[in-house]
Amino acid sequence: MKKLHAATRRELLIGSGTLFAWAYLPKLARAEGRDPRLLVIVLRGALDGLAAVAPTGDPDWVALRGNNALTLDGKPAALPLDAFFALNPAMPNLHRLYTSGAAAIVHAAATPYRERSHFDGQDVLESGLPKPGAADSGWLNRALASLQPAGRADGSRDAFAIGPIAPLVVRGPAPVLSWTPRQLPPASSDTVLRLIELYRHTDPVLARVLEERMGLATIARAGGMDGEQPRPPAAGQVRAYFAESAGTAAKFLARPDGPRIGALAFDGWDTHAAEGAMNGRLATLLGALDGAIAAIETEMKEAWRETVVAVITEFGRTARINGTDGTDHGTATVALLAGGALKGGRVIADWPGLKSAKLHEGRDLKPTTDLRAVLKGLLKDHLRVEPALLATNVFPDSAAVKPMPGLLQLARATSRSRRALPPLRGRASAPALSSLLYPGPAVRKAFAKVLRSAAARSETAQ
Amino acid sequence: MALDPKTQAALALHRFGLGPRPGSIASLASDPRGALLAELDRAGAGRINNAELLTSGEAARAAFAYQQAQRAARQAERAAQQASSGTAEMKDRSAEPAPPAARPNPGPGVPQQIYLAEAKVRIDAALGAEIGFVERLVWFWSNHFCVSADKGNVRQICGAYEREVIRANVLGRFGDMLLAVEAHPAMLFYLDNARSIGPASMAGLRQKRGLNENLAREILELHTLGVRTVYTQDDVTSFANVITGWTIVPFRQDAVRGGEFIFNPRMHQPGPQTVIGTSYSEGGVEQGRAVLAALARHPATAKHVAGKLARHFVADEPPPALVERLAKRFLATQGDLKEMAKALVAAPEAWEAPRAKLKRPGEWVIAALRAVGAAPLEIGPVMQAHNLLGEPLWRPSAPKGFADESAPWLDGLAQRLDIANQFARRFGAEVDPRDALEETVAPLASTDTRDAITRAESRPQALALLFMAPEFQRR
Repeated sequence: MKKLHAATRRELLIGSGTLFAWAYLPKLARAEGRDPRLLVIVLRGALDGLAAVAPTGDPDWVALRGNNALTLDGKPAALPLDAFFALNPAMPNLHRLYTSGAAAIVHAAATPYRERSHFDGQDVLESGLPKPGAADSGWLNRALASLQPAGRADGSRDAFAIGPIAPLVVRGPAPVLSWTPRQLPPASSDTVLRLIELYRHTDPVLARVLEERMGLATIARAGGMDGEQPRPPAAGQVRAYFAESAGTAAKFLARPDGPRIGALAFDGWDTHAAEGAMNGRLATLLGALDGAIAAIETEMKEAWRETVVAVITEFGRTARINGTDGTDHGTATVALLAGGALKGGRVIADWPGLKSAKLHEGRDLKPTTDLRAVLKGLLKDHLRVEPALLATNVFPDSAAVKPMPGLLQLARATSRSRRALPPLRGRASAPALSSLLYPGPAVRKAFAKVLRSAAARSETAQ
Repeated sequence: MALDPKTQAALALHRFGLGPRPGSIASLASDPRGALLAELDRAGAGRINNAELLTSGEAARAAFAYQQAQRAARQAERAAQQASSGTAEMKDRSAEPAPPAARPNPGPGVPQQIYLAEAKVRIDAALGAEIGFVERLVWFWSNHFCVSADKGNVRQICGAYEREVIRANVLGRFGDMLLAVEAHPAMLFYLDNARSIGPASMAGLRQKRGLNENLAREILELHTLGVRTVYTQDDVTSFANVITGWTIVPFRQDAVRGGEFIFNPRMHQPGPQTVIGTSYSEGGVEQGRAVLAALARHPATAKHVAGKLARHFVADEPPPALVERLAKRFLATQGDLKEMAKALVAAPEAWEAPRAKLKRPGEWVIAALRAVGAAPLEIGPVMQAHNLLGEPLWRPSAPKGFADESAPWLDGLAQRLDIANQFARRFGAEVDPRDALEETVAPLASTDTRDAITRAESRPQALALLFMAPEFQRR
């Protein structure tokens, strides 16, 4: 009986963290002498982009988030990216990659979805359609279907199975394989906490039983009030799970005969209460994601040069902190890009500003970059997906959204050395206007302010 | 308490049926009680017509032939091994013994294949039922008269047993079901009566083996009168004597009828027997039939059956007035089970009781699949879910069957969450949880439940929360 439980529990919990990979190798890029890898990581639940990559140079930033605002002199201190943006201190690996030119961040980005439902938002993010609706395939799969295959990826016999529960982004006509990590995802603890919360309000018997079974009976009830904050999931477990999923995914993608394009999803980013951007739940998750990116770099080995990892999420969160030290569903957020093939070391943003009037509907970071432009840029330059197909088939009705150019090193000149990229770090350096692809008026104004305040600061320091 | 039509429809589907499917609340809303009664009146209600399924006799013989072939193969292999080890001794003794030749996985044996085919048909019937009231009655009686696939010879015939004796009589008379049950090979194997021999019978006088009281006791204690009622140990022994000779045609003896029921007079205890104050003269198989007919009419049986039905459909502690009424109806209609079902639907208590009963694992698993409109599917995960939740199909751990009260099933709540997650991930991609909420528990759902589902982080999480919501788990 015991054995049966042990054997099946794993199967029951698979899902999050499962790698889904295209069964073939892309032909066109290989004909150019490249062998590109693309790994898409979907963060379900809506990542708080402002807590991941904070606009520390924005004068309205601290006022907006108060004690929850990441700052360069906070404890722990945010990691500077340029004169305006700083990275969450839970992500030292991403920071290291960024400073070496192998990571880029797109900020104030969003899909075309402007409502605030996770379900519909994930639909739009993964389907590539401009609106939520009956979608049965994802943009990544349709992009793959348009690529000519050059031979089948091997390894299907021992490691891969046909995935029964592929996420929407990889569903579609192109044949997809799946691999599931050995570990159990700890992310379901979020579901447990939500369930216990529901039971506490509606069914005390079920609440008591589930608390006991989950070993949560001792969850602080000291306050004796409703709305107790969920505990952060066990940090070590989350880290190990993310690292195993991502690292093994990279191992497959690195193999000479392995797949080249894959997708993973990690749950648990819906931080409505006790977000803990600095040392709580979100810090744990971001740290785990950072470890996952490091594991990918390590396991890719030589292939890291030709790798792009794109981390995307359905939408952002409210600019302000809510009444329970969390954030509610918002609009614009970040996309994190990492990999040796990137022309990195840049935060790409047309910064909209954080003043109330500048916020989308007075509450969310305003989207100024269409996430589809970023994804199209990657698909076009990295995988050589036909631009015409990108505008119609992969991201239908998106002709107006041009692929973002210059995301990859090869896009300008394959021979260019990485050292030629401007190293942009340190608060003393000039604002990295050059790092902004589309410096609109908003961003220019913001930066002028930063310049002034930086000058003022240096004067005071002297 | 006046419920609005949609609430009443949802209640009907959860309490009397197997849970709503997309559209069923709307289609029942005009007349929920009428819809329940209409399901009872459907032609062939409860029956399964599937020409591919074997009768219990066919299944028993197929399994026997398979076991014979297996035995022969093992013997041949052993002989071959002995022969080869003899020659090996002559050769280099330091050589590693040759590994046994790799054989392809033979897959499940014949008994398991039959068991799984029957299980699939049962699951499909549950998924396909409009409301599932009749299926619920089938499940109820099948559990009342349970057998276990884990007992030798039962695995291959437990599905056929349910079709041949439970389904065939589920809206018929209790006495007919009782008689069919106690004469079925599955029950005779399960409770050992197949080898019970009257001490003074011809076989008993010749052999050392004798009486086995198991079936007689369980008929009195579990199937009819109820434990600690009107019978004594003497009644058990007498009744056991009465049903000696109720056995199975030996497979080796009869290739055509092997595995089927037979009354064997050579095993039957001769002479009259007194059971609960009534003397039954010797009459071969008719003696047993007469006792069973009397048990089926007994007021204690009426009370026992009425109490169990009310406990199953209404509440762990059913209202005594309801039990009383059902028992009276049982006696007045000579144990007409359709009339009993109608009486349940008509009872105000059945609509007024709080929705406190936890669905049994099987009900809950099927309800979850129905909620997302799952078509008949691979039964592996469904069977696995039953096992994990402690209600493996046709495999109760004791003749009492699976518990009907909520308390024993509360323990499996964490496992339910595992299953809910699994199903939600499997179906969450295609199903909008907001629709599923509307189509299953919306009329019954609290604001908290609605909010938890609509504010979930992802579709799969929302669906898992729906499956785990109190309104979905309790009925």
